[in-house]
Amino acid sequence: MLDLIIGGASSFAASVAASPAAGNISASVQAASGNPGMPWWIWPLLLFAVTFVMGIIAVLAGVGGGVLFVPIVGSFFPFHLDFVRGAGLVVALAGALAAGPGLLKANLANLRLALPVALIASTFSIVGAFLGLALPTNITQTALGITITLIALLFIFSKNSEYPSVGGRDALSKKLGIGGTYYEASAGKTVDWTVWRTPQGFLMFTFIGTVAGMFGLGAGWANVPVLNLLMGAPLKIAVGSSKFLLSITDTSAAWIYINQGAVMPIIAVPSVLGIMLGSLVGVRLLAGAKPKAVRYLVIIMLLFAGLRSLLKGLGIWG
Amino acid sequence: MKTKVNKGSEKASVKSGLPEQVQVAPEQIKYANLLLYGSWAGIAVLAVTFMLYVAGITPAYIDPAQIQQYWGMKSSAYLEAAKVPHGWGWLRMVGYGDFLSLVGMAWLGALTVIGYLILLPAYLRKKDAIYSAIVALEVLVLVLAASGLLGTGGH
Repeated sequence: MLDLIIGGASSFAASVAASPAAGNISASVQAASGNPGMPWWIWPLLLFAVTFVMGIIAVLAGVGGGVLFVPIVGSFFPFHLDFVRGAGLVVALAGALAAGPGLLKANLANLRLALPVALIASTFSIVGAFLGLALPTNITQTALGITITLIALLFIFSKNSEYPSVGGRDALSKKLGIGGTYYEASAGKTVDWTVWRTPQGFLMFTFIGTVAGMFGLGAGWANVPVLNLLMGAPLKIAVGSSKFLLSITDTSAAWIYINQGAVMPIIAVPSVLGIMLGSLVGVRLLAGAKPKAVRYLVIIMLLFAGLRSLLKGLGIWG
Repeated sequence: MKTKVNKGSEKASVKSGLPEQVQVAPEQIKYANLLLYGSWAGIAVLAVTFMLYVAGITPAYIDPAQIQQYWGMKSSAYLEAAKVPHGWGWLRMVGYGDFLSLVGMAWLGALTVIGYLILLPAYLRKKDAIYSAIVALEVLVLVLAASGLLGTGGH
């Protein structure tokens, strides 16, 4: 069945930068938004279609689905931002849990690095979740718009380092024994690594956890630069550990949203299914894709969704 | 100090396909297997229970055709307007399709706690006091978040 879907999606992959599929779906969403008499089932169906495309784009661009989901669905669908953020966390959680096994078995998700960081981020994601649910919607929407615009800028200017230089190990990283060895298949070599600037890194995760919980975003966009550029973990370890620790950060925030009634199955379930199926297709299409073009597309989408969210929050647009 | 890329050929372990230097702890493998089967089982439960709800096979607390009245509300207003319970109150309503769909989500939310309960005995056996404490604290944080005890007076 997957092959059938891939066959259907291959034309999309060939011209993903131009994104006619995304354009058509966007037009359908706009049309449906302007027509309150639309039958109810159109919405979960549109949501499934949008998140399916999102899942493909996320994999091809190397970003998490959660970071696309909240700004785009929050800006263009008629759902309250509380439910969009709740669904965003479930989407990010499902994706992170499904990616975990491969990363753990290949030792690319390092427990000695991820566990302390996850404890900090998951604790603060609870704070963020309550903050997001307590604040007036226009303030959350405006703050989301600013955050998404900054994330788009981060994608433009941030340069990852495959094997960053690490200065002297700090006392905390020594005490925790953070470091390890992983197998770099592309070079057929093992790589020994460690980290530094651990206290500064941990401090950053208080902020990352809060933002993740507040906006329902998967936080890979922030985890990876902090683990890689600040703490000096090799890129693969940073990406692998980031994805794994999302499964923990998003769990605590997701529970707060579930307990506060902010997870509506009719929004969350089609989104999870769409993005997971899209990711599976995206992985199959990865070999023939042009990652740079897709990444530019993602940046444009984020800038547009960020601006839309900002203007919506300020009461200027929608 | 530069991250050290080891030169020379590496002897691969037959079982894992990884070189012998890259040891993956048994508890890490167990955790990975839990996530592998647990996450896809959870997603399958989500799909099935959702289909039962939207197809009208299970009765709905809020009919899918009526849900549009609520999804534009703030979550606190929705709870009040639709008389939906806070916290784990939804468990009493799993006979309804819309609440049955939450079972899969709760399972996904429980996986990490179960995974940590696999890690804890392993760290205790290794007498790794710091990581045992980190794992125990994380379980506490997640259970507290899941309990519904936090923020119950907020609305």
